Amino acid sequence: MDFKGSDTIPGPRTEDQLPHTAEAAVKIVIVGGFGVGKTTMVGSVSEIRPLTTEETMTQAGIGVDDNFGSDSKTATTVAMDFGRISITDQLVLYLFGTPGQERFWFLWNGLFEGALGAVVLIDTRRLEVSFDVIGRLEERGVPFVVAVNSFPDGPRYPIEDLRTALDLDPEIPIVECDARRRASSRDVLMTLMRFLHSLAMSGALR
Amino acid sequence: MTPPKRQRRHPTDQPPPQPAAPPGVKKNPERLFVVAGKDGAERAELDLVTLIVASADPPPSAAPEQAALLRLCTTPLSVAELSAYLNLPFSAMTVLLTDLLTADLVTARAPLVRQSVADRSLLEAVMHGLQRL
Repeated sequence: MDFKGSDTIPGPRTEDQLPHTAEAAVKIVIVGGFGVGKTTMVGSVSEIRPLTTEETMTQAGIGVDDNFGSDSKTATTVAMDFGRISITDQLVLYLFGTPGQERFWFLWNGLFEGALGAVVLIDTRRLEVSFDVIGRLEERGVPFVVAVNSFPDGPRYPIEDLRTALDLDPEIPIVECDARRRASSRDVLMTLMRFLHSLAMSGALR
Repeated sequence: MTPPKRQRRHPTDQPPPQPAAPPGVKKNPERLFVVAGKDGAERAELDLVTLIVASADPPPSAAPEQAALLRLCTTPLSVAELSAYLNLPFSAMTVLLTDLLTADLVTARAPLVRQSVADRSLLEAVMHGLQRL
């Protein structure tokens, strides 16, 4: 959420341009509460500086919002930070850091429906923020893994205690990470991909 | 699977609805929705990660937003990136792009979405790409 100022960028730097051979893109959604580290994770693995796409909400949404990070920000604008990883010359992966509130998800067509899967990023200091998100993903049939962003002052729980608190089936991976570190964030994405692969192998992926 | 535990909400903790800015108060001069498509035109099916490539130089008749977009996507760019660089909301981008697609000034490369039949080779390609990071 800290990457305002895209209006000063006229376009991608030359080294950030995709090759003409780029034929298709896939996306992974990183979802979690405010301040949990979504943008940090996007930024640590992205090959481009994270960008922001915005959408405006109708008046109906105003007032039922939680404090969306800043009192001064107009309540009608919802921002989503994203980054990019070139997989091959033909294939590009985009990572979207998305607010946890479901009614924001409708602002961008098919944000979750077309995604390969999702990472639910959680902060053990505010575990309950993720309860609703996880339920929504279950309802939508979006495969996901849970990544615990380790904050120094956050309580540390055994993974199995977290599994019980989050009410997750045993096969759903829960991993600890440091979203600031590229290798750690990469490992979270690998965990998701291995999970998706195992679902595909077992025929469970819809 | 037991039902998800729903997050408790506390309405009293919520900020009151924001009134509209009183007339005369200057807010950010955000330029929203001046990009308008043809009346009644169906919007193209565009995803955040649909890749857009310009197929022509901006014609002299192009609106400034259209010309800016065509200059940006001489190499492939996702709708999300265009939205960010042009500082336009996603919904306005889809209107703008629908016009350009109709006029054959850009082409769209559809994203690979989660299929009913899972594509293992796609998943493996992404894994290999991530391993090289």
